[in-house]
Amino acid sequence: MRGVLAIAVVIAVLAVVPLLVHSNVVLNFLVVTLMIALAGQGWNIIGGYGGQYSFGHAAFFGTGAYVTAILQVHYGVNAWIGFLAGIVAGGAVGGIIGGLAFRAGLRSSYFALVTLAFAEVLRILASVAPITGAGVGLLVKLDLRAQSFQFQSRAVFYYVVLALVAIGLLIAQWLEHSRFGTWLIAVRENEDAAMALGVDATAVKLSAMVISAAITAAAGCFYVQYFLFIDSSIAYGTWISIEALLTPIIGGVGTVFGALVGALVVKSLGEGAKLVTGDVPGLDLMIYGVMLILVIAFAPRGLVGTLTDLRAGLTRRFGFPRKTAEVVRG
Amino acid sequence: MAEALLSVESVSRRFGGLLALKAASLTAPAARITALIGPNGAGKTTLFAVISGFLKPTAGYVHYAGHNITGEPPHRLARRGIARTFQIVQPFAGLSVHDNILVGAHLRHRARTEALLVAEKVAEEVGLADMLDRPAHTLTVAGRKRLELARALATEPTLLLLDEVLAGLNPSEIRDIVPVIRGLSARGIAIVMIEHVMQAVMSLAEHVFVLAEGCIIAEGNPAQVVDNPAVVEAYLGRGAAAKARAVHAH
Amino acid sequence: MLSPVILITAVLNGLMTGAVYALVALGLTLIYGVLHIINFAHGALLSAALFAAFLAYQKLGLDPYVAAFLLAPCFFALGYALQRFVIGPASHGDDRNMLLVTLGLAVLIENALLYEFRADTRTIDLAYSFKTINFGFTFLSVSRLISFVAVFVVALALWLIMALTDTGKAIRAVAREKLGAELAGIDVAHIYAMTFGLGTACVAIAACLLIPTYYVNPSAGNAFVLVAFTIVVLGGMGSVPGALIGGLVIGVVESLGGFFFGESLGQVGIFLIFIAVLLFRPRGLFGASA
Repeated sequence: MRGVLAIAVVIAVLAVVPLLVHSNVVLNFLVVTLMIALAGQGWNIIGGYGGQYSFGHAAFFGTGAYVTAILQVHYGVNAWIGFLAGIVAGGAVGGIIGGLAFRAGLRSSYFALVTLAFAEVLRILASVAPITGAGVGLLVKLDLRAQSFQFQSRAVFYYVVLALVAIGLLIAQWLEHSRFGTWLIAVRENEDAAMALGVDATAVKLSAMVISAAITAAAGCFYVQYFLFIDSSIAYGTWISIEALLTPIIGGVGTVFGALVGALVVKSLGEGAKLVTGDVPGLDLMIYGVMLILVIAFAPRGLVGTLTDLRAGLTRRFGFPRKTAEVVRG
Repeated sequence: MAEALLSVESVSRRFGGLLALKAASLTAPAARITALIGPNGAGKTTLFAVISGFLKPTAGYVHYAGHNITGEPPHRLARRGIARTFQIVQPFAGLSVHDNILVGAHLRHRARTEALLVAEKVAEEVGLADMLDRPAHTLTVAGRKRLELARALATEPTLLLLDEVLAGLNPSEIRDIVPVIRGLSARGIAIVMIEHVMQAVMSLAEHVFVLAEGCIIAEGNPAQVVDNPAVVEAYLGRGAAAKARAVHAH
Repeated sequence: MLSPVILITAVLNGLMTGAVYALVALGLTLIYGVLHIINFAHGALLSAALFAAFLAYQKLGLDPYVAAFLLAPCFFALGYALQRFVIGPASHGDDRNMLLVTLGLAVLIENALLYEFRADTRTIDLAYSFKTINFGFTFLSVSRLISFVAVFVVALALWLIMALTDTGKAIRAVAREKLGAELAGIDVAHIYAMTFGLGTACVAIAACLLIPTYYVNPSAGNAFVLVAFTIVVLGGMGSVPGALIGGLVIGVVESLGGFFFGESLGQVGIFLIFIAVLLFRPRGLFGASA
């Protein structure tokens, strides 16, 4: 399928980067960018394809992060098992929040508010609970061995997060061509019409939320392994809720590559601004705020979405590139 | 008359202080066309909402193919074979015509390629075959009505609820779509249609129910119903039937 | 056990804090009632207003209660401009887009404040900041008493505007039936902007009332506004009496909750109330059915 081929090409290109670039600064930037892209891919499942705008994805990032950190620090569990446990925990929290919100029939603003509230509750609880280290946070012991999911070389971290992003891309690709994905998109476009056509909207949204939460939780788990430190404002802070939604919206909501493109663009602009004006706090987020407004105003389907629209317009006018139905059958 | 596929028994529905449906009953036999008519505000769409699972009745029952389906949610009813169109069309605006119908087709066909082919066939049936790749929001009103119909058909229903599917169409568009509807009935699909376009009701429906102010006030074949003084009064006001008779007498 | 005097003081303090919460919530509920969107930029605007009041005191020597008369119209204009020229046009009328645009504004404003003023917390020390009045059984802070009264004055002023002026009537018309109002010749974009301006003006006044006893930093507004969201949802989206009563209730709950369970858990309690209302009675106590 063309889609999988495109993913393979993009991943291959990205995989070559550490072979050409040896600067730790640049590699660090790329690792963080890919991690944010991963978090954004998670948001994109429920927000982009599902049309349910969550303002509290930090709840899943933080849960993934804390679960893996707590298991390692307090219970001596192996880091890789902790990683998986964090993903499962994140997905479970997604199921709980989604279950409560969707069964109550919350949509749009109300849904955004309730997700925001859940993330805040978790943040406050984490800032006082002893098991999370309360105000001080949790430090994972330095142990640079592969079995502890820690690596001497940044390049290895890069490949790990790249692999995770690749999985995210494949999940989105699967979504676009599966019945589940078609149902999810239908619910996004018009929930009542979808129900009349046999779609169990609540179940579909809930499943999407679990998948979405699990992916974002994976980003949280990765954060812990890379930085070896977590506290409540990092884990459950609004910064990650915002970055997780910003990247797919700018890159292209509801597209396979949207979150990745968005992360690259957003983070590059942020770094670029810092280089020009010096490392003043707040500047990068200011730029993100402006970008969000500009994208909604002028290119609401994001970069990838707008390009796809142009392509579709060309198809209708000139007959090329090939039509969707032909591609699928071929 | 053939055995009733759909049976609505004494359904009432209250909204706060307003009793929108008052013990309304109707039946629809399999593979026949039944019409539900009545003045605006009578509660016809509310009744459809109850039958299709979007509203729970305050009292009464709905039976379908021998099962009690009262209060079941819309997606379960779709699986049972009940499909509906909406009075105000609800396309998946951002998706293509093909993808719109695909959603319906997926109910019975899990695999995408298979479902796409089914969707294409349905599109041909309603006359949208050459518009498959167009975004739904670029269709005209008539096109959107056809799309609404196509989506519902793709779910392979045994009962089709059409809510004013002819509204907003000009006479030639109506002339084009009426045979499509008749063809569906010939295929064995039971149809219940809410309609204001009387010529279509007269030519299509075999049995007619009249709903006014939440109550069924008359039923019968189209000719009987149109002559019924209670029906005339429901549409034209009290005393209108007597006036009409008086005028005729002269 | 606990002396009733301490409890009563906690309740009274809760009422006074609650009044200011109510004022912030009032602005939010007004905007929701008319535009049908949650203004996520409300908190950032409150932070900006706090900084404005701070600067008014520092650079112009204006007492906050006096500055309110200057800042209210300024922030009204700011709110008007934001809705008319940024939020309205950027959203293309889509609810979800409006959510994102106000979020974008929130991020922009808060970080602009961070960029300009850094994260240090500042306070104003006024002659009466710590003054209290002796009520016999307890002492109550002067400035918070003034706030309490001021909030009701503002609420009354708003009610008069809504009931008696043409603009107020137009606002009520648009809130009830936008299409009809448009057909009747009302300029909806202008009314939306007026409403946003009024909501922002409320925030500016609240900031001036808060500043004698509160602190100023770029994220100060956010802490406040999440509570304001809770109040708006509890009282009912778009309900003015709901915002007032809800504000007082939440103020008391927070005061007693913080008293018995400590500040953090008190906050968690408020959010849990928030979530519970959203899940089980989204229209709140006085709101219209969704």
